[in-house]
Amino acid sequence: MFLRLVYESFRRQKRRKLLAGLAITLGVGAATAMIAVATDIGDKINRELRTYGANLLVTPQEDTLDLQIGGVDLKPLSDGTYLNEADLPKIRGTFWHHNIVGFSPMLPVKVSVRNGKDVTLLGTYFSKQLTFGKEDFVTGVRITHPWWKVEGAWPGDNSQDVLLGENLAAKLGDKPGDQVELAGQAHRVAGILSTGGAEDSQVVAPLHLAQQVLGKPGAVRRLYVSAMTKPEDALARRDPKTMNPELFDRWYCSPYVQSIAFQLQEAIPHSHAEQIRQVAQNEGTVLSRIKGLMLLVTLAALLASALAVSAAMATTIFERRQEVGLMKALGAGSLPIGALFFAEAALLALFGGIVGFAGGALLAQQIGRAIFGSQISIEPVLFPFILGIAVLVTFAGSALAIRRAVKLDPVYALRGEA
Amino acid sequence: MSASPNLGRRAQAPHTSMFVRMLLRAAVLRRGRAASALVAMVVAAAVATAMLNLYVDVQAKLHREFRNYGANIVVVGKDGQSLPADALAKVETQIRNNDMAVPFAYAIARTGDGQSVVIAGTDFEQVRKLNHWWSVTAWPGHTNDALVGVRAGSVVSPDGKPFNLSFQGRTIRLSAVGTLQTGAAEDSRVFISLKDFEVWTGVHPSTIEIAASGSPDEVRATVVRLAQVLPSADVRPVRQIMEGEARVLGKTRSTLLAAAALIILTAALCVLSTLMGWVFDRRRDFAIMKALGASERLIGGFFAAEAAALGTVGAILGFAIGVGVAAWIGRVNFHAPVVPRFNVLPLVVAGSVAVALLSASIPMSLLRRVQPATILRGE
Repeated sequence: MFLRLVYESFRRQKRRKLLAGLAITLGVGAATAMIAVATDIGDKINRELRTYGANLLVTPQEDTLDLQIGGVDLKPLSDGTYLNEADLPKIRGTFWHHNIVGFSPMLPVKVSVRNGKDVTLLGTYFSKQLTFGKEDFVTGVRITHPWWKVEGAWPGDNSQDVLLGENLAAKLGDKPGDQVELAGQAHRVAGILSTGGAEDSQVVAPLHLAQQVLGKPGAVRRLYVSAMTKPEDALARRDPKTMNPELFDRWYCSPYVQSIAFQLQEAIPHSHAEQIRQVAQNEGTVLSRIKGLMLLVTLAALLASALAVSAAMATTIFERRQEVGLMKALGAGSLPIGALFFAEAALLALFGGIVGFAGGALLAQQIGRAIFGSQISIEPVLFPFILGIAVLVTFAGSALAIRRAVKLDPVYALRGEA
Repeated sequence: MSASPNLGRRAQAPHTSMFVRMLLRAAVLRRGRAASALVAMVVAAAVATAMLNLYVDVQAKLHREFRNYGANIVVVGKDGQSLPADALAKVETQIRNNDMAVPFAYAIARTGDGQSVVIAGTDFEQVRKLNHWWSVTAWPGHTNDALVGVRAGSVVSPDGKPFNLSFQGRTIRLSAVGTLQTGAAEDSRVFISLKDFEVWTGVHPSTIEIAASGSPDEVRATVVRLAQVLPSADVRPVRQIMEGEARVLGKTRSTLLAAAALIILTAALCVLSTLMGWVFDRRRDFAIMKALGASERLIGGFFAAEAAALGTVGAILGFAIGVGVAAWIGRVNFHAPVVPRFNVLPLVVAGSVAVALLSASIPMSLLRRVQPATILRGE
């Protein structure tokens, strides 16, 4: 009898049930999408923040002082020590290698150009194919310095082609495709580089070319590393030497910029890794602000959908006062009537929850693809959690209305005077 | 509402008061129903207000955070030359009040044992405000105080004692009051105040770093203006900073917009379903009015007025709550309240009334086709 009542109620009141179900579905859908976006936004924005470029700089341990003014290196050529290019792929073997988006070695050398003036030739990777163990990966300035723009084409990493900085190109009057003589050898200009920085008056070439000019195969002066990091907290700032082993493990296994620097030093012999504070320190603040914003917006959204669902549920029950009056007049107690409404509400919540969850997940995916160009995947763990909340909110929304409906005198209810 | 003269006579005071009384009684008699409809309306309007306020304000809030990245415009002398003496004053006329312009002068000096080091002269007060990421143990305050980069420190003054530097035969004695760490080129430099620097070397600033606020277009406009007043210098935007900012900000705003659209849509549809229920539920009133000879237009007007009143009251209450929510989010997250945007109010009211009218008109058009007797019989 009970089941039949529930079934008939759904069969005969398709419109009302559809409206209430729609409200629940929409509420759950919006909540799911918002939760998915809010939990993933940190990762997404972290990736966007990599637009600011490298946040770690690796230099030789016993390096002499830089003598750089306005990007012009005044250091004598023979000075200083170098990192070994062969050590670089080892970065992929560090604990947090998944967080390392890319790295670019740099080797500045001096060359003479056609008019006899010296310019800096910067050797680097553009998008170099490297192998570590069985893993192939690509790295270079196109990943770590996304604001570098090239008119023409990027040179191949194994070619003899070069890029000319835009200021230098204007001075020399060269266009992409021209030949330029560097250190007595002719090279093809693949493109004109514009960075808004010192590179605009330099020649940028594949790393091996700079090593050839310097006469030191495998030499690297600096290494820029771009890594996704966790905002700094009290633990991050502590000196690892003063930590006990347990604390040290926790520090080592958190993607703080400091612990990644520590691991880079371990991976590359005779190196010193340092965070580039301008980039590293600020991304933490920006990241936590955006994450905080989305979290609060999600909270507001959850609250709003809960209230909206409650209101919709209350309406559907208010509508059925006469039915309640009839049942009571026929001798039904408060308990079975309450149970009937709650069973209906639970059914609605379950259906609405399942459809809403699926819709919300789909929506989150669409948002991720449209805005960030990558998937926002939803944790399946969230499913029971969201379903539980849907049922709870639906019950809470119905409870007051059911109480009032049950308390109502059947005579008034049937006369329509509520 | 009364077009014909016949209706015009009836639309006198008693008639109007009856209309208002019907409206009021409907709300009072069905408190529960009216309240639940109003709650839905208020929630929807509040959420819409909060999201719109945040969406408008978040750009300004985040721009401020992004200024912590430091300068987004750099002015340098062509080919490493010094800038004209009035360059800083000219720059300051072109930027806004809260923007900062910090001069830097550079030279290469020699230490006592003949090593070269880059020495920089700047305005410490300003640099401190511009470059928040500089990790400094103590800021210099007196003449001949120096701020020494961590790597430069091991060369010029490993023991922290005062040290001599010479430039073109002139020697200066500096005391290292603080250490600077940035992880970049600054670590290999020694910073002194611009005044000391100019007295000692006679070299004038060659670089001005500017933190200009505003949208990317405004910053670009500033660059153009600066280039016009300083023809002898290179003025260039710091692409790394500007592009990063534009990207992150754009994505954040798009996400917020998507969230706002989603939430507002949900809230609006919930209001629609609640109000439709509430109007449909009153089909008996409708039938009685019709049976007593009320015209379709009068009934339609009655329900429309009811919906519009509900929409307006809900929107105004919701606006107040929404502004509060936005202010709270601003305070918690950005440590500065989101300023209420009253120009959002008409939009919220119009939206609410439109949704309310829509939710009233759907059941009305359904009921119009039904005979009053059928409704009154409860079928």
